[in-house]
Amino acid sequence: MRKNEQAKVILHEDCGPGYRLLVLDAPQVAADARPGQFVHVKVPALEASALRRPFSIFNAEDGRLEILYKAVGRGTFALNGVRPGETVEVLGPLGRGFPETCRGTPLLVGGGYGVAPLYFLARRLLQTPKLPNPQTPKLFLGGRTKTDLLALDRFAALGVEVFAATNDGSFGTKGFAVVPLDAELARLRAAGADFELFTCGPDGLLKAVSERAVSLGAPGWISVDRHMVCGVGACYACIQRTVTGNARCCVDGPVFKAEELAW
Amino acid sequence: MVKMDVNLGGLRMPTPVATASGTFGYGTEYVGLVDYAKLGAVTAKGIRLDPWPGNPMPRHAEVVGGLVNAIGLQGTGVEAFLSKTLPAYRTVSKVPLIANIWGGSVEEYAAVAARLGDRVEAIEMNVSCPNVKAGGHTFGQDPNVLFEVVAAVRKATARPLLVKLAPNVPSIVPYVKACEDAGADALSLINTIPAMVIDIERRVPVLANRTGGLSGRGVHPVAVKLVYDAHRATKLPILAMGGVYEAKDAIELLLAGATAVAVGTATFTDPGVVAAVHDGIVAYCERHGFASVSDLTGNLQG
Repeated sequence: MRKNEQAKVILHEDCGPGYRLLVLDAPQVAADARPGQFVHVKVPALEASALRRPFSIFNAEDGRLEILYKAVGRGTFALNGVRPGETVEVLGPLGRGFPETCRGTPLLVGGGYGVAPLYFLARRLLQTPKLPNPQTPKLFLGGRTKTDLLALDRFAALGVEVFAATNDGSFGTKGFAVVPLDAELARLRAAGADFELFTCGPDGLLKAVSERAVSLGAPGWISVDRHMVCGVGACYACIQRTVTGNARCCVDGPVFKAEELAW
Repeated sequence: MVKMDVNLGGLRMPTPVATASGTFGYGTEYVGLVDYAKLGAVTAKGIRLDPWPGNPMPRHAEVVGGLVNAIGLQGTGVEAFLSKTLPAYRTVSKVPLIANIWGGSVEEYAAVAARLGDRVEAIEMNVSCPNVKAGGHTFGQDPNVLFEVVAAVRKATARPLLVKLAPNVPSIVPYVKACEDAGADALSLINTIPAMVIDIERRVPVLANRTGGLSGRGVHPVAVKLVYDAHRATKLPILAMGGVYEAKDAIELLLAGATAVAVGTATFTDPGVVAAVHDGIVAYCERHGFASVSDLTGNLQG
């Protein structure tokens, strides 16, 4: 059940150049949060009439809500200045998230801060009673350079194997996240093993992962990032084209099946 | 106890606070977040005869003091509204529903109104949406055309009929008169104000539609002035909207001549605005000794 909660800031810290981790005491929102869902945050430092800003849920655990974000515009720069002890109004959890079960190996593919919902997903996939052939998730994470690869320590603590790629080759494979992904897909197909794809990141990455899911006939779960206004399906601003017409990212998504998307 | 119910041209509203079309979906989206007991009416998102895809993305741009949108009236059409959306609304809400309608021709407006029949409590005509080239723009920009379309819808429905007017006219009076002459029961003021936002780095319009409509805090004084002008020109009751973020904004509109007010863009940021506006109006009436919210309508001293 979604709630509009006054959440106290527990921690707000840097985690790379321009990247921030915001930890909130939000027991009501955290209780029902599922991976791939988002929260709609009223940024206290903005004027009262400014729109809310949507954020993926990086983690929800023990009444705490974690948001991993990059300061990219007016809203996120303003959010930067919020300090521990202050209160932030959080509406959520919202939207349709990832499934929490997986047939075969979960292949998580992230680009930049698109990694955020994948950590929560990895945690849940490891906790959920398993379908046939349970496998630990594998993460394929891409970024421009080494410092754009976020939360590697958190994934390591879960025991998730990370295949990193950077555009400049400063860490992991040189290139996009699909380079190590394609190697793993080839290996799994040769072994006749089941897998599902889960992704979040820039549209280029989402498109590449969707194409692979559709062409390989594997389930692909694609989390689309769009600017939003209401966050609850009322305004029709955050549209994603699908095979059945214009869908609302906030309620029909943000996670779509690969075959639903029309780019 | 302040008497809060009002009569908006035959529409009995339990409170003078409504939601504005396009900001509240089809009335089910905010269940659990907005206090429906404080609402006098819900205005649904614009409905036309057939499904309509709306505009390409991006459809909105945030500006200081408001929001510029060019959603383009995406909707499933009147049949899906009657078979799915409206029954879903009735299961969650007892608040009267105003159906906002639009079309590309006089005949289409009348057909939508006729099809809705008595399934909704009132009809609000959008004759001033600036977004859809084939749609409402011209109807609201010429008093003769406006008369024609309102008269046609009047013939097609026995329900209370509201006409939502465009703010971007030299004088609102000829449009008010046209609605009056054509048999409208009430006016809605104001629709969004035509606006544009440019991305200076890419040197392109931010909205895919290039232009859109401004709503939010910044349009409020414009709404107050137009409600004031319209109220002085007609006895038709007015549903006023435009930048209502707190009770003070709503009370200004009531004093300018409105019978009821609608909360719109503010709900996006704070779903609690509806209840705060309602409660603030009650508190104001108590403080100033008004027994009924109707006593505020047009009650300007000087």
